[in-house]
Amino acid sequence: MDWEIVIGLETHAQLSTRSKIFSGASTAFGAPPNTQACAVDIALPGVLPVLNIGAVDKAIRFGIAVGANINRRSVFARKNYFYPDLPKGYQISQYEIPVVEGGQVTIQAGGAEKIIHLTRAHLEEDAGKSLHEDFHGMTGIDLNRAGTPLLEIVSEPDMRSAEEAVEYAKALHALVRWIDICDGSMQEGSFRCDANVSVRKKGSDQLGTRREIKNLNSFRFLQQAIEYEAGWQIEQLEDGQQIQQATVLFDPDSGQTRLMRTKEDAHDYRYFPDPDLLPLEIDDAWLERTREAMPELPAARSHRYQTELGLSGQDTVLLVSDRDTADFFEATLAEVAGGDRPAAAKLTANWINGELAAALNRAEVELAACPVSAPALAGLISRVIDKTLSSKLAKDVFDGLWKGEGSADEIIDRRGLRQISDSGAIEKLVDEVIAANERQVADYLGGKQKAFNSLVGQIMKASKGKANPAQVNEILKQKLDSR
Amino acid sequence: MSLSLDDVKRVAMLARIEVTDAESAQILDQLGGVFGLIEKMQAVDTTGIEPMAHAQDLVARLRPDAVTESDQHDLFQSVAPAVEDGLYLVPRVIE
Amino acid sequence: MIESSLKTLSRSLAEKKISSVELTRAYLDRIDAHNAEVNAYITVDAEASLAQAKAADVRISKGDTGPLTGIPVAHKDIWCAKGWRTTCGSRMLENFRAPYDAHVIERFNDAGAVILGKTNMDEFAMGSSNETSWFGAAKNPWDPTRVTGGSSGGSAAAVAAALAPAATGTDTGGSIRQPAALCGISGLKPTYGLVSRYGMIAFASSLDQGGPLARSAEDLALLLDVMVSFDERDSTSLKRPEEDYSRLLDAPLSGLRIGLPKEYFGEGISSDVRAAIEAAIDEYRKLGASTVEVGLPASELSVPAYYVIAPAEASSNLSRFDGVRYGFRAEGYSDLLDMYCKTRAQGFGAEVKRRILIGTYVLSHGYYDAYYLQAQRIRRLIARDFAQAFEQCDVIMGPTSPSTAFGIGARVSDPVQMYLSDIFTIAANLAGLPGMSIPCGTDGAGLPVGLQIIGNYFSEARMLNVAHLYQKQTDWHARKSPVAAS
Repeated sequence: MDWEIVIGLETHAQLSTRSKIFSGASTAFGAPPNTQACAVDIALPGVLPVLNIGAVDKAIRFGIAVGANINRRSVFARKNYFYPDLPKGYQISQYEIPVVEGGQVTIQAGGAEKIIHLTRAHLEEDAGKSLHEDFHGMTGIDLNRAGTPLLEIVSEPDMRSAEEAVEYAKALHALVRWIDICDGSMQEGSFRCDANVSVRKKGSDQLGTRREIKNLNSFRFLQQAIEYEAGWQIEQLEDGQQIQQATVLFDPDSGQTRLMRTKEDAHDYRYFPDPDLLPLEIDDAWLERTREAMPELPAARSHRYQTELGLSGQDTVLLVSDRDTADFFEATLAEVAGGDRPAAAKLTANWINGELAAALNRAEVELAACPVSAPALAGLISRVIDKTLSSKLAKDVFDGLWKGEGSADEIIDRRGLRQISDSGAIEKLVDEVIAANERQVADYLGGKQKAFNSLVGQIMKASKGKANPAQVNEILKQKLDSR
Repeated sequence: MSLSLDDVKRVAMLARIEVTDAESAQILDQLGGVFGLIEKMQAVDTTGIEPMAHAQDLVARLRPDAVTESDQHDLFQSVAPAVEDGLYLVPRVIE
Repeated sequence: MIESSLKTLSRSLAEKKISSVELTRAYLDRIDAHNAEVNAYITVDAEASLAQAKAADVRISKGDTGPLTGIPVAHKDIWCAKGWRTTCGSRMLENFRAPYDAHVIERFNDAGAVILGKTNMDEFAMGSSNETSWFGAAKNPWDPTRVTGGSSGGSAAAVAAALAPAATGTDTGGSIRQPAALCGISGLKPTYGLVSRYGMIAFASSLDQGGPLARSAEDLALLLDVMVSFDERDSTSLKRPEEDYSRLLDAPLSGLRIGLPKEYFGEGISSDVRAAIEAAIDEYRKLGASTVEVGLPASELSVPAYYVIAPAEASSNLSRFDGVRYGFRAEGYSDLLDMYCKTRAQGFGAEVKRRILIGTYVLSHGYYDAYYLQAQRIRRLIARDFAQAFEQCDVIMGPTSPSTAFGIGARVSDPVQMYLSDIFTIAANLAGLPGMSIPCGTDGAGLPVGLQIIGNYFSEARMLNVAHLYQKQTDWHARKSPVAAS
């Protein structure tokens, strides 16, 4: 029987504000336990929440970026449950009226574009952390993370495979970083996904019973967890079993999902509007201000690169995969001298998507920490355009740039890598090689084309690879043919 | 709407308050009277009336995104039942 | 000296006829001698109080004085005061030393007032008689076999027994006005949002409001000047132009329109209370006021609506008391769930648990619309009634409480009867309106009766004027309870 997998994601993006959503404590990651948990965060008796404008601002940016409706009035509610990392015994979260409703994200699926619709995105506070290392059989609670602003982004169940879910998560990840609302660090938990997975018979328009996989903090785990979970559900159904709605955890070690220990009352959260917080109102002026401050979005940039610079779709997909790359591309191109713009753009794109990406990958560093600056790379590309460097020499120069040996020109001079394009110098080399290789010259003149290549090779060798190959070809042919 | 003993036990569990069977029966009795009082609300037709969640019809005042708090965990933890290495200790949590 | 008004005390301090240390010690001595009779204080810390008094004397010697500099004030044990044990009347916080100051406490400290002690109260302010306190009931200074009212019973008893010149309280459904009435003193609950709730341990956030209790309207005005102030740490705190609450005290009352809601004079009100209120209103007519009957039809639903909204908010507000970060933790638990359940079963008293259960129930799945939303809609109807009434009148008057102080123990087993004690005070909280109570007579047994004055939003100065002119004309507020006289 053919089964269809149906996936919706709930993504928690920590908003990169300086202070917490309802308190003035720092959100910086990695502080000693509870040193960034202020009176409000640890819920001392009598303390009260006050909403951080920065968190709202970032939520609005997200809403604009995904083309969603920004609710002019939204409400914070209390979600009540007991857990030691939830100091108040409730989480402040938007429930009935979220700040962002609707919107969409476009992903690449199977070589085509697919639209994933968003249900909503709402503001809420993060909980603290439970540390399960052994404290004499006790659990330790660190509330530094408590109160960190989160944007919970809920998708429609629009994805049909683990790959699509990963593509969506990656697109969202790139977007939140692009618009500068989340640092995207999955390792530090700044971006984490819950996946709602169900399966149904192909062709059915009914949704199957879903199970929710909690807290997936890498794209690889997301993929593995969904694949395992969907397989498990199909197996159950094929065995004649039914799926019970449940919350499960993914164990990366076993690659399996397992039922979370939940109390039967876990879902009676007793939501009600938080009486300590008045409704959040967003007026036209605020929206307009935010709209004007938005960076150009990836789709717009991609379109501009294709129409104005003549880049291919394939080139631009890579360039706009994150804002750092796109910004780096533009900063480099702005400094590249010579050539027509489309040619310079193409060459710049090739360098960034090729040599630079590979080097970053090898060194496992982010573009932000790249030892080669945009102007430095532009210096190199300019020397390729003006034919000072062959593409082979250019790679050596890039190597020098990476190692911090100075600018492209300095490296070229120091290593003596300047391409020989002086026809007088090349002629001299050609004459020398012809004189020393009478037999091959005769072979060529006798019709053996291979002999020509051998001569070129010797000339290049004599120039230590620096002679402009096109000129060498031209001059050698001229000299031989005129014999 | 009449409350049952099961309701009392369910709600007590939600509220994380231990109640014995004898207490449940007594609570049921008292809550019965209170809900008798509360039920009077049901006679009123409130169709079209906007619920009033706050004493004033105002909107949120927001604070600037600035760090204003410093570390006071020693002071705060001086009133905690159980701490170690700066962490609050609770009976083992199993997920 | 003990009986002087705040104005007189302030002048004596400024003129150095008495020092703050002397004044504070005099009150501490009286507390030593008489607190056992009324159980008004939960915590007294003479050393801390005298240190503050000493600092106040230094300020006075430098001429750096305000109206409350050097004056001892008792605070309801609901306000966090740094270094002070702050119990909220609960076993849950029996040993909780607050690590920070409430905004209101900061304001009093900045004004140079002295914290005289922390007063008894119903546990987490849930009660109308002060009998739910973990530290025992406060006793009425007019008759120690009777209740003080609640929840600010200790504050009311302290002022009525002359164990403090003034006190703070909080009022969620009548918790300042009702004990003020039952103890024969004056108390005012301001417009919601005027007094910061930061550092006030929450009962029902959308209803809670701090306010003063004192011997006269004139004293209340001085306390209000300190208590009312914008606080950015409370999202519901209102930014208003600064007020001098004494500025209208002596304005003439001619032309004052008093609204008399027929619902406040119906059945259920004792005949002694009715007679005292009617006499007070006659007094107002003599002062030039006119009366008009107004209707507050939805207010008969104020008790049902309140007993949905307040417990709902409380059930959530009190979830933080879980034995993890501060406060009581039970012993002998088997696991985390058991630790929570035992801690909260043992740390909270019966009334608090009852309200948590009511609140949890009305918010739980399937009941929210029928209870919580319906109560909020009725809340709006109640607020609309008042808005209409205030088109016809300047203030509304009626009894604060349907009866005078009842016997300790008389209503504890019947929550409904207890809840109806607040039938006249709750509506002002639901609407967010200011309300006050001033003494206006006694019943046959000599127990005080309180006149309730409800004003429109932000009309506190006018209300104090209305109360002050009555107090200039009558002496009910000046009468001393037996404990005060001893």
